[in-house]
Amino acid sequence: MSSPRHRLAPARGRTGADTPVKAACEVLGRRRQGPYWVLSFAAREIAERARPGQFVEIAVDAPHSLLRRPFSIAGVSRQGVAAGTVDVVFDAHGPGTAWLSTVATHDVLDIVGPLGTPFPLPQRKVNCLLIGGGYGSAPLFYLGEKLVAQGLRVDMIVGAATEDRILGTIEAKRLSATVTFTTDDGSYGTRGRVTDVLADTVAATGAGVVYACGPNPMLRAVSEGCVELGVPVQVAVEELMGCGIGACFTCVMPLRGRDGEVTMRRTCIEGPVFNGARIAWDETRVRLGPTVEDEPDEPPARPTDAELWGER
Amino acid sequence: MSSDVRRLDPAEVAGHGADRAEVDLSTDLAGLALPDPILTASGCFASGREMDRFYDVDRIAAVVVKSITREPRRGLPTPRMAETPSGMLNAIGLQNPGVDAWVAHDLPWLAERGVRVVASIAGKSVADYRAVAEALRAADPEAATIRAFEVNLSCPNVEDRGLVFACDPSVAAEVIRGVRSVAHVPMLAKLTSDVTDIVAVARAVVEAGADGLTLINTVLGMVIDPETGRPALSNTYGGLSGPAIRPIAVRNVHQVHTAMPEVPILGCGGVREATDVIQFLRAGASAVSVGTSTFVDPFIGPTLVEELRTWCAQRGIATVRELIGTCTPWEA
Repeated sequence: MSSPRHRLAPARGRTGADTPVKAACEVLGRRRQGPYWVLSFAAREIAERARPGQFVEIAVDAPHSLLRRPFSIAGVSRQGVAAGTVDVVFDAHGPGTAWLSTVATHDVLDIVGPLGTPFPLPQRKVNCLLIGGGYGSAPLFYLGEKLVAQGLRVDMIVGAATEDRILGTIEAKRLSATVTFTTDDGSYGTRGRVTDVLADTVAATGAGVVYACGPNPMLRAVSEGCVELGVPVQVAVEELMGCGIGACFTCVMPLRGRDGEVTMRRTCIEGPVFNGARIAWDETRVRLGPTVEDEPDEPPARPTDAELWGER
Repeated sequence: MSSDVRRLDPAEVAGHGADRAEVDLSTDLAGLALPDPILTASGCFASGREMDRFYDVDRIAAVVVKSITREPRRGLPTPRMAETPSGMLNAIGLQNPGVDAWVAHDLPWLAERGVRVVASIAGKSVADYRAVAEALRAADPEAATIRAFEVNLSCPNVEDRGLVFACDPSVAAEVIRGVRSVAHVPMLAKLTSDVTDIVAVARAVVEAGADGLTLINTVLGMVIDPETGRPALSNTYGGLSGPAIRPIAVRNVHQVHTAMPEVPILGCGGVREATDVIQFLRAGASAVSVGTSTFVDPFIGPTLVEELRTWCAQRGIATVRELIGTCTPWEA
């Protein structure tokens, strides 16, 4: 990666603090990873302050787009030649992300971060099960590195709709003691949802904590599954955000307090990482959706020549 | 490509003109002395603490806090927001901890940090508004921190079929009289543009005792998901904000200022750049509130102050006050 060609304005914000900054960041590279994009940019202050589970807000120059777009931090480098870089992974599914999938190396992006709460790290020795859905696996690899560095056992369940939408097959295998892959259509790993293998995996790995990131219906299913199993669960949720900085109150999730009372908490500042058992999922619009088991498991019986072509 | 992203380098904003330091940005809003004309807009700066992660919020001329109600309010279910061309639609439902919790948790922090606060008051009935104003007065009788009230009249009136207070001049005036009877600080009435005659409502609330006006609140709008056929917001309708509504806001300020030039106005709606501030001042505003732009750029307030200083210095304008109400009509 080359060094910046132009001198950029220094990041704005407080110095040496556990606070977010607003920075002009040079794009270092953009590459395909399956159906997703990986974007790397130079952001020294963000890289130094970031922790797994946090996100950045990137200003986009797409037609009619006013608001920044939030992206979970997939990794940072603090040392070596790539020091001060931050990676995000995204799916180009709207005008903002479509625009971001066209930025070139050396372009300058306006980025605010790191934002939100990080995944809490265990205070004692415990086996950790990380569950990712689609590109939601991205921040889990970053988290997994920290957990492994702490000397903890990490196992993973990585799921997606189809094989090509599984993110980071190699990273998952490298990082974890065991990996279970699931796809809705059975094109890779076990056919089904991540929750179909949850109980067995928890039993097999002796997991004492579950961390999950992915679509909200998956997080709901994982949270409810973990509550049933009695395993603590931390989830990084996805909510529509206006500002990402705690000002607009758009991205709320209902959280049940110890007193049983439900309050609306901002995903951007009180999350995105929440105790999955505390989310009042029944008061959200997050639905579990049809399960794969509803479909026939066996392929239909093969027709005979006679059935296919008639008597000839 | 129509872009609202600004890649403005703050270093670029500073450094122009030798006499930047001599530009006087101070202004007066209904008796409230302010070091510059850039305030925050209610509901767009939370209660200040969130933004203090970025910089000392006492640098802001005044923080108009998120509307406070008598009881805690949980707000509406999600989705609460939809992005629109150069704007956003929102329906939050006045989520706030209620006046008692606000006084216990937010006010002490704002006081300790020396923030000038404009307390936004919302309610479902005249008695509600009055109760909040009374509680705020009791909490800060010397007006050390709460320097003004902004009465958010864009709330449904439960005593009148849920009609918005600000839509009916006599009902809006009734709320203002209720708050006036207990207010110990200057009082701004925040009005909506969703009326046939904004001047009639403005006149009614000024006669009822409002010291100034905030113009305007969000504009009622709707977005429908073309695929699902559902409204984008759980509340069906929401308030449109951002640069999309700026011309509407400037028009309202100009209409009211033309009719009542002596009434102080806080302009609000889509301010993004220094030249937007100039438009509001020329239309007749004494200061502006920056709302949605904060969502895009947390540093927008301090940046606008520097941009404004540069803009004035480059044109030899000694004080922003000389710009207020200087919209020159075309000759007939």
